[in-house]
Amino acid sequence: MRDNAPDVPQRTDPRGFVIKAIEGLRAALLPAAAFVFTRGADSGLLVGAIIGAASIVISGVFSYLAWTRLTYAVSETDIRVESGLLSRNARSVPFERIQDVSVKEGLLARIFGLVELTFETGAGAGEDLSLSYLSAAEGERLRNVVRDRRDTQAALAGEPAVEEARLLFAMTPRRVFTFGLFNFSLVVFGVAAATVTQYDDLLPFDIWDAEAWERRLAGPGAWLSGLGVFAQAVGIALLLLALALLGFATGIVRTALREWNFRLERTDKGFRRRRGLLTRTDVVLPVRRVQAVIRSTGFVRARFGWHGLSLVSLAADAGASNHDIAPLAKEAEIDPLVVETGFALPGAKADWQHISRVFAWIEAGKRMRLWLFLAAVILVVQAIVQPGSPLGSPFWALFPVAIGIWKAARIFVAMRRTRYALDKDHIHLRSGWLTPYFLTGAREKLQSVELSRGPLGRRFGYVDLTFGVAGTGLTIPGMPVDAAAALRTELLASMRLRDFSRLN
Amino acid sequence: MDEIALPDIQEPDLTPLDPRYKRVLRIVGAIYAAVFLLAATIGEIALDGWEGVFWIPALILGALLVFGLPGRRYRSRGYRLGADELRVVKGVWFHSDITVPLGRVQHIDVGQGPIERANGLATLVLHTAGTDNASVSLEGLAHEDATAMRDEVREVMRAFMQ
Repeated sequence: MRDNAPDVPQRTDPRGFVIKAIEGLRAALLPAAAFVFTRGADSGLLVGAIIGAASIVISGVFSYLAWTRLTYAVSETDIRVESGLLSRNARSVPFERIQDVSVKEGLLARIFGLVELTFETGAGAGEDLSLSYLSAAEGERLRNVVRDRRDTQAALAGEPAVEEARLLFAMTPRRVFTFGLFNFSLVVFGVAAATVTQYDDLLPFDIWDAEAWERRLAGPGAWLSGLGVFAQAVGIALLLLALALLGFATGIVRTALREWNFRLERTDKGFRRRRGLLTRTDVVLPVRRVQAVIRSTGFVRARFGWHGLSLVSLAADAGASNHDIAPLAKEAEIDPLVVETGFALPGAKADWQHISRVFAWIEAGKRMRLWLFLAAVILVVQAIVQPGSPLGSPFWALFPVAIGIWKAARIFVAMRRTRYALDKDHIHLRSGWLTPYFLTGAREKLQSVELSRGPLGRRFGYVDLTFGVAGTGLTIPGMPVDAAAALRTELLASMRLRDFSRLN
Repeated sequence: MDEIALPDIQEPDLTPLDPRYKRVLRIVGAIYAAVFLLAATIGEIALDGWEGVFWIPALILGALLVFGLPGRRYRSRGYRLGADELRVVKGVWFHSDITVPLGRVQHIDVGQGPIERANGLATLVLHTAGTDNASVSLEGLAHEDATAMRDEVREVMRAFMQ
């Protein structure tokens, strides 16, 4: 069946199942301890001991069975692992897909001289293959085997010539301050209010007691209530002003902590970004790993011509897959940055296509549905329970209707403004209902294409087109069927050209 | 019972799944039906004097799960392993049609659950780096077909590398 026979399938180190049994036991210790505590020492101790002993046996038996059923083999081209008691699973990981092999030694494993090996590919979180536990020597051997095979592959790909670090974008304190103004936030106020409700028992007085407040105002505060309507209006205005100042101050402080001395450089390894006041972060993004570029803005900042630019990279890079490379920048600053990434934002000549109009109506209808139902429920309840009372007025049913109209209008506008465009190397998606959000993906870096639809889609002739992109979702909703099928054919053709390992 | 096929999307050249897969779907349906019937029985006992309010819907649902749906589900599914891509089609009401270029596959699983194993079937899973559809699974293949397809996909991936 295969032209190159793999190594003989091997088991992991036998001592490994001992560690797993102990790890399994750790989970059982808590309930056992709980029994001892709740039942008292005499009867609880016995039950606790039984639970403990049972878990040792069960966990040991399962670990042993799992150990006997797990084998791995190294062939010329890949690593194969077979595992599972009831459900059998055989996994094959090709060498050229392995980005790195990481070795982990837990405390227990270290005592036994064992290691856990993880073969990191670009696969989504938790899907990477790991072998636990191997002897340290076997771990080292496998790691070298993989690195040897991978390096011969990598040597073929080649890296660009070394160049010096160039400053691409930086934020002055003034720019950080401006950005902070747009990040207006009343979160501090919210936290303060939440803290007061949470801990109001600890306050020396009851803040919810209206009469106590009246008494307090009647004393030294009596002058306040005597000042008249005008002064009270001034007071409310001052309060709002204070709130606004608090909101701006919060935004500025939070922004400054994160973005202070923002510097983006181009080095031989890729983009290097440093930022932060108290904790300074230093991130390097290899250019080849960039999968998509996002240009976004806010409703207010768009009026002043500000935009933000971020990159989507392979999920394996340091947790977050979405990296700001210019949080607040003018169009003229963004364009050269985009050029550095090798991407191109949709130009003025972009051939934007709308999605299905009928789909926009249906989505609006879906949002309406729940709120209209709620209005109907209110009317029915009023008719049965409280006819004639103030709560019985049909006026109340207008509230859910108004909310429904608002939600429906929002989604309708958003869908009517959603559009996509193709150019030679990219696919562009524009979304957002008030301000545009542009996502630009490289056509050849797409991972998969899905056409999907439910009963409504079949009735009205539209499908959702979903692309697999490493690090982000990319769905064009509600496309006319013919357009979606044509787009799929065209994009599959550009995905076929080059292999994953040549691209990332 | 039939116009599940979507003439405008689904092309005629899809490979049908192994016929034994219909039986697997029926067994899984029967397990669900048994659970529903059990719940209905408990409901009947709890709610005295209303004979049939739980049993009748549960029986209809159960009959659908065992006799009606498996055939439709089986016929709605199919795949095509092309020269450089795998296409997986499934779904009666919610239809999905996924294409994975083989040059984007990260690693491959061939898995067997207990019911699949008893019927000699397997599931082929292709893992990609994409956030959406990170793993695309094709159920209902004969086990030897699944392993053969795995090896074929490996060959194509290697050819891409050269």
